[in-house]
Amino acid sequence: MRAFHVKHFDVVVIGGGHAGAEAAAASARMGARTALVTMSAATIGVMSCNPAIGGLGKGHLVREIDALDGIMGRAADEAGIQFRLLNRRKGPAVQGPRAQADRKIYRHAIQRLLAATAGLTIVEGEVVDLKMGTAGDIEGCVLADGSEISASAVVLTTGTFLNGVIHIGDQRKTGGRVGDAASVRLAERLGAMDLARGRLKTGTPPRLDGRTIDWSKLESQPGDSEPTMFSFLNKAPVQRQVSCGITHTNEKTHDIVRANLSRSAMYGGHIEGVGPRYCPSIEDKVVRFADKTSHQVYLEPEGLDDHTIYPNGISSSLPVEVQEAYVRSIVGLESVEILQPAYAIEYDFFDPRGLRPGLDVENTPGLYFAGQINGTTGYEEAAAQGLVAGSNAAAAALGCDSLRFDRATSYIGVMLDDLIGRGVSEPYRMFTSRAEYRLSLRADNADQRLTQFGMDRGLVKAERKAAFEAKMTALKAGRALLSGQALSPKDLALSGIVVSQDGQRRTAYQVLSIAGVEPAQLDAMVPGWAATPSDIKVQLSYDALYAQYIDRQKNEARGLSQAMAREIPADFAFSEMSGLSAELTAKLQRLRPATLDDAARVEGMTPAALTLILACLKKAERSRVAGA
Amino acid sequence: MDTIFALATARGKAGVAIVRLSGPGAFKAAVSLCGSLPQRRRAALRLLRSDEAVLDQALVLSFDAGQSFTGEDVVEFHLHGSVAVIQAVLKELSHLDGLRLAEPGEFTRRALENGMLDLTQVEGLSDLIEAETEAQRRQALRVLSGAIGQRAEIWRKTLVRIAALIEATIDFADEDVPVDVSPEVSSLMATLLDALRNEVRAARSAERVRAGFEVAIIGQPNVGKSTLLNALAGREAAITSEFAGTTRDVIEVRMDVDGLPVILLDTAGLRETADPVERKGIDLAVRRAEAADLRVYLLESADEAAAITLRPGDLRVVSKADQAKNWEGLSVSGLSGQGIDALLAAISAELGARIPIDGVMTRERHIAAMRSAIEALESAQIEVTGGMQLAEVAAADVRRAIAAMDVLIGRLGVEDFLAEIFSSFCIGK
Repeated sequence: MRAFHVKHFDVVVIGGGHAGAEAAAASARMGARTALVTMSAATIGVMSCNPAIGGLGKGHLVREIDALDGIMGRAADEAGIQFRLLNRRKGPAVQGPRAQADRKIYRHAIQRLLAATAGLTIVEGEVVDLKMGTAGDIEGCVLADGSEISASAVVLTTGTFLNGVIHIGDQRKTGGRVGDAASVRLAERLGAMDLARGRLKTGTPPRLDGRTIDWSKLESQPGDSEPTMFSFLNKAPVQRQVSCGITHTNEKTHDIVRANLSRSAMYGGHIEGVGPRYCPSIEDKVVRFADKTSHQVYLEPEGLDDHTIYPNGISSSLPVEVQEAYVRSIVGLESVEILQPAYAIEYDFFDPRGLRPGLDVENTPGLYFAGQINGTTGYEEAAAQGLVAGSNAAAAALGCDSLRFDRATSYIGVMLDDLIGRGVSEPYRMFTSRAEYRLSLRADNADQRLTQFGMDRGLVKAERKAAFEAKMTALKAGRALLSGQALSPKDLALSGIVVSQDGQRRTAYQVLSIAGVEPAQLDAMVPGWAATPSDIKVQLSYDALYAQYIDRQKNEARGLSQAMAREIPADFAFSEMSGLSAELTAKLQRLRPATLDDAARVEGMTPAALTLILACLKKAERSRVAGA
Repeated sequence: MDTIFALATARGKAGVAIVRLSGPGAFKAAVSLCGSLPQRRRAALRLLRSDEAVLDQALVLSFDAGQSFTGEDVVEFHLHGSVAVIQAVLKELSHLDGLRLAEPGEFTRRALENGMLDLTQVEGLSDLIEAETEAQRRQALRVLSGAIGQRAEIWRKTLVRIAALIEATIDFADEDVPVDVSPEVSSLMATLLDALRNEVRAARSAERVRAGFEVAIIGQPNVGKSTLLNALAGREAAITSEFAGTTRDVIEVRMDVDGLPVILLDTAGLRETADPVERKGIDLAVRRAEAADLRVYLLESADEAAAITLRPGDLRVVSKADQAKNWEGLSVSGLSGQGIDALLAAISAELGARIPIDGVMTRERHIAAMRSAIEALESAQIEVTGGMQLAEVAAADVRRAIAAMDVLIGRLGVEDFLAEIFSSFCIGK
């Protein structure tokens, strides 16, 4: 009998994608001895889809990860070759930082950041099984070579590996690693866990050879002249900045797609998984928006020394020759060469309604899921879940309380709550409209919302702590200057700020809250303000801008929330209430909403059912009072 | 879940008394009394027995869950309206396992809980049971039919469309939707605001139909206001005397004027006085008169000027009909009754014209929710008209308006109303 080597860790993270990298980094920052197991250390941090990080909602998530000292924002800044702040002309609450990233630089940056993380070991190997204790708890994992890693918590970030099938036209091949005998054991192990599954699909466009594109015919989209970084620690890009190209599909493109629809995997009936409505394939666009004669296509460079171009907006599952035909019907792409054909991929995910808020699997102590396995799509969504799962796995392994994120203070909380409370019916992507507290949950104040929490929980290291504390001190000083200075309408008129001539004196902070007032306009009126650093000035103007709206929201919410905040006792018997559907009863029993507000967000909840729960709560209270 | 039962009709002797059962055990319990149930939704005669003793001969009706008032299995016993029979049947039911007497309003509560009625319909039912006049009956029936919920649902759909348009410009700014949404948003907002404002305007009168229109009788002391009140009411509701200043407090009399619920207010005569008690009475009279829906100003003579400002529709009436020469308006004599019918007709015509044809917002609660929706939408409109620099703020306002709609139909914030609604129902209704 061979003696197998057993390594001991607190937490083992399986998978080196965006969820796995962030999970491993977070776990190690928390002080847990952490192993990241991957097939190949060189593929850690690979961007497998589009070469960009951030965007609306997604950029917010990256900022929150960064506020908790995660690695995604820093790597994206280092790799960024075109930075754009989306919604620049709207209010700061809905502005989202976005960057084109050089794939290779990004990957290397992630690998370097992980290598520099104390307490983190990278293990190359293939996980073939989980080690389970007699009580059904996790004790580690088993590798293909027979060696074992023992750990009290395992974070699984396996992406699309579960029953992954790649479609190009009518050709299909199994992706992921399901075909490998070894992985079947892991799949069987998970299959035996009584977790509900669903099937999703996603797709990519063909990759193009940039040297065969006629750029002279195309519109160019440069980055912002003053780039906005992801990380609160960075001020400016590192790499040379480039532009993207813009072209459009036309009627000829659409005719080609239409004529070949039956050969598309999607429309030929080969795919059963549900795709994202917000990221339609070119087939979807042509069918569902038949009256549109043209769709925009962004030509995104994949790297500075890489001639691969990612044509964002024309993902497809048509056969290769049809892809060639429709791509070449587009202006500028007439003689383009396809480097890698477009494909659609189908995969299984586990219903996230079976998870708890730390992303741990109910009834399997020590097992955590993060990323696509939970039904989400996107690097940023995956990384944010990785941070949650990794930090919570570490907290559990170290015997600390779990880390909680709620809807009122973070997009991370919104995502967790949506996933666990409602489940997913299409690949879940973040949008700003998912956040009901959007005016407070801004990319610009992610550090003010989360860094102190991260410091308290040991997630934030010295460098960021120092930078954060310095910033908070400066904000406090600036706010004191503004609040201490009262200004009359006359004073303001002298600086060109028009308010109603009501004789009312306003604090400079209130003045800054008026839309359109620039911080510099207060320089002459508020002593000390002119010398305040400009980033602090801008930050205070953002804080001020929404202050009145947020106050009003809070006041109105208070009336509603008195009822909605009503707690539902942990032993509340949903099953004994008549009038609820069996499905809803089962859901409530399982999810155990802590408040009426939580109950309201359970998928399938109706007004009548909510009223019923409230009525039962009141009745229970009455009888308690009567019995007391 | 318990099965509940109660007397659904008024207590005391009557031709028929109805005992209603609701809940999962209703059919079984009924069978133990009447042997077998007739076909659902069909009436049949049965003997009700306790052991071998016959309690009564009753008409029995049964309804399946989902097709009954409460949404549960329901049985009705139509008994002979005798106190003794009712007692005997209720007693027999109370001895059955799993059955208990219903709490006040519990049948209706179950209807709400089971989604058979929404909150506004429950309010409508409460109003219908309380209705005393024809206008009240018609209005309550409209509300009970779910008219508020239907309207709120349409408004809510429009609001959701507006929100979606605004959100599209926020969340998909970088994608293929560069279409300018503001024309559609502006037009939807304007139409919706019109509808909401009209509804609020109608609501004031609808609320009056429910609670009663206040009609204040005002005028100089000793002009005959209390005499007129008594003549209108047809009874001695107010004390009359030849001494000026007899009435000090405000006297209220409820009456039905051509189907309209009216609360007549008799008030202290308006004059300068040194008497502090009378002074207070006069202040009160002015306040109540100004807040009333209609003022009947009683004049000594046709050329007398009114001591308070009258509004369009208010009635000027000369009090001594026989002395009203050259006066073509209304005149009455409280003592002889002359002109009383004409005055009632004038009051009815004036108030009747104010009743909205299809007003359904019958409660302060409804109006408050509508007002907050309007306020939020107006705020969003300002942002949209101004070019949507802060689209996210407009979006937040639209969400507030949606929340107000939810409050209206009882989706949220129902806490305070539940207790009140359910406490206004008696057992068995």
